[in-house]
Amino acid sequence: MSRLKHDGSALAAGFIFGLGLGIAQMINPRKVLAFLDISGGWDPSLAVVLGAAVTVTAVAFRWVLRADRPILHPEFHVPTRRDIDKPLVFGALIFGVGWGIGGYCPGPAIASLALMHWESWLFIAAMLVGSWLQPRVSPTFADAAVEPIPKQVED
Amino acid sequence: MTDFTPLSAMLGGLLIGLSAALLLWFNGRIAGISGIVNGALGGGERGWRWSFLAGLVLGGGSYIWITDAAPFRTDFPPGLIVLAGLLVGFGTRMGSGCTSGHGVCGLARLSMRSLVATLTFLAAGIIATFVSRHLLGVPL
Repeated sequence: MSRLKHDGSALAAGFIFGLGLGIAQMINPRKVLAFLDISGGWDPSLAVVLGAAVTVTAVAFRWVLRADRPILHPEFHVPTRRDIDKPLVFGALIFGVGWGIGGYCPGPAIASLALMHWESWLFIAAMLVGSWLQPRVSPTFADAAVEPIPKQVED
Repeated sequence: MTDFTPLSAMLGGLLIGLSAALLLWFNGRIAGISGIVNGALGGGERGWRWSFLAGLVLGGGSYIWITDAAPFRTDFPPGLIVLAGLLVGFGTRMGSGCTSGHGVCGLARLSMRSLVATLTFLAAGIIATFVSRHLLGVPL
């Protein structure tokens, strides 16, 4: 029963996330590229999406993290690392280039799968290959966060 | 080009923030999509991750079905979609996060790592878009 609640609340959170991405039209890669293309006819919508989301989370996270534990789980899994290292910067750089080429980041690509358009399906397939390749191509940059260490999760 | 849509952007952003807040409040987890995808395929505790991803597809799908949305572009080169996907998968794993984990959740936690990552991928995205659209003539 607790397992059902646990996975059910994750399902509900995912649903709200996907609905938000749809309403904000972030599932439209042209809208994302119109934000990233600052040379004329700029569409600042993505900045409003990010600003609104961060405002809610900034207030809510402070309040939520005052509790000893989450409602349905024994502990909070919050990233603890503080160092600015090469994998962080180069990884963000590589991600940004891919984002700027296609107009997709992981969330909107997944939330737009129901369009049944080849673009997001092909993008996700390539994204999974890229993610699989990363620790194999650059083992010294391997991401500790994807190993099953309970206290250390991805940002 | 697309039009500035502040109201729907605001509403969508509020829902995304609400989702991240609920996931931390109930499940104790950060709503970072790239990390959830990698964990769903690799790490332990896959149940909540697959559930979240299923919800993401259904939530986006509900919007698509209700508005009867059609694909937003049809003439984009498939080769560039593959290249973009490879870079996004590789980069988000190397950099431990994407727009949601670093952008939405990390900034809210006042994480310096996430601020650096967010400014870096925004700058890289702006430059890549400029090069592909204006120098190489890739369609939007």
